[in-house]
Amino acid sequence: MERKTKVHAEDGKQDLTITREFDLPVALLFSAYTEAGIVEQWMGTKVLKLENKQHGGYSFATSDPQGNLLFKAHGAIHDIVPDQKIVRTFEMDSAGFDAQLEFIDFEPLTPGTSRLTMHIIYRSPAHREQQLKLPFAYGINMAHNRLQEIVSALK
Amino acid sequence: MDLRRDVFQAIADPTRRAIITLLAVHAMTPGAIAEHFNSSRQTISKHIQILTECELLKQEQTGREIYYQLNPKKMKTIADFIEPFRNMWDDRFNKLEAVMKQYKTKK
Repeated sequence: MERKTKVHAEDGKQDLTITREFDLPVALLFSAYTEAGIVEQWMGTKVLKLENKQHGGYSFATSDPQGNLLFKAHGAIHDIVPDQKIVRTFEMDSAGFDAQLEFIDFEPLTPGTSRLTMHIIYRSPAHREQQLKLPFAYGINMAHNRLQEIVSALK
Repeated sequence: MDLRRDVFQAIADPTRRAIITLLAVHAMTPGAIAEHFNSSRQTISKHIQILTECELLKQEQTGREIYYQLNPKKMKTIADFIEPFRNMWDDRFNKLEAVMKQYKTKK
């Protein structure tokens, strides 16, 4: 599979940028962030609340197949401009990490393709390092399982 | 099975991560490693084999015993945590793209 997602994280900084180009019109890409049913599918989480408006809020919860709660997160939507940008905070509940600030930019490349840029700002360089290590600790396992499911469904 | 030799696939398994943690302290024989787990020796030996195949572990013969130890060079590549983080987002975005393509055709 082609490596389309890029992560730019300079040593010792407290921010990072994730970019990805999609084979989707920008409006569809934006819907993937604003329609709860769709967020649930690609994030693999349950959406408890998603208020797509300035000063709105959101909260997600993920459980394993046995129903045990694995992950809960919430944030405030600072700003939202359809098909252009979302500025929001993100914090995991009871994980002991501070909130992070996310600037999510959506731009059309051609009528059928688009680019997403996620600029995440952490409280400190140490906080960024902790967040980077999380997928190593458990996220990677879940992501790989999910990828495997998708791939086998395609066969 | 190229996938199996991928370092990040190898460390995605909790038992294999536990083995790495054990060996971070000192080199051990396969028997000594297996004693730390409830799984059969056979299972643990399979995990050790996978870790060795992707060069995270090195074997060293001491007399009649084989000791396993971490390969510091390879461990350095996983110390760069950006790769699993990137993988996680890449998986999510691949899914997003697949979901939205279906959504588009349904409309």
